[in-house]
Amino acid sequence: MEKQYGNYTVHTDPEGYLTDFNEWNEDVARAIAAEHGIELTDKHWEVIRYLQDKYRKGEPLSIRGIKKSGVVDIKEFYSLFPGGPLKISTKIAGIPKPKSCL
Amino acid sequence: MAIYAKKMLFILSKSTLDSVYAAFIMANGARMEGIEAEIFFTFFGLEAIHKEKMKKLRIPTVGNPGMHMPTLLGALPGMEAFATKMMMKKMEELDIPPVDEFLEILAASGVKLWACKLAVEMFGYKREDFIDDLEGILTVGDFYHRIDKEHTHIIFI
Repeated sequence: MEKQYGNYTVHTDPEGYLTDFNEWNEDVARAIAAEHGIELTDKHWEVIRYLQDKYRKGEPLSIRGIKKSGVVDIKEFYSLFPGGPLKISTKIAGIPKPKSCL
Repeated sequence: MAIYAKKMLFILSKSTLDSVYAAFIMANGARMEGIEAEIFFTFFGLEAIHKEKMKKLRIPTVGNPGMHMPTLLGALPGMEAFATKMMMKKMEELDIPPVDEFLEILAASGVKLWACKLAVEMFGYKREDFIDDLEGILTVGDFYHRIDKEHTHIIFI
């Protein structure tokens, strides 16, 4: 599917996750975040960069990984991305939705 | 798309590891989807939040057809400990947290943890026997009052 965010056209799956990470940029991230009622702060960006780093290394994401990340604790993670923290944060970060049950 | 699950209430009545993990993984999974979740620990399920007993939870090797093990073999000394150790090792490989750490994650994720008053009295437990993250001790009636919105579901494990 094609989606328009400001000046950028991106390709997404039916759930809105970018299918090509190369199409991601900070403006697109801000626009996706806004769709979820989130205004990105420095802390959000820190988490997003952590997630993207994990993705580039091919490491799976989990809530336990977040806990061990040293970037954010679980309580804060939930408050930064309300309504499903890992699925929303990964969407904003332009990476695939985690497949794990944890 | 509408999701007809807003709040999931789990009743955990068993202390075997397979049951405990079923409740924990389902509750965590709900929170990860933005669904509220609470766990009501009753009967042997109380062992999962008991500071000492939680360290000794086991996979049953007797009366558990899923183990595909003859009953007499499963009853041998050390068999349950061995099966439990094997399973814990596999779970660690899959990055599934041990019980105490899982409870921390659940509490931090906003899962409310409750103990059943009658079961607590029956086993003679005290509040301080349980983890600090325990939200409180409830009667069955109090627990039903946790159903405070539409699309709340109760699952008995």
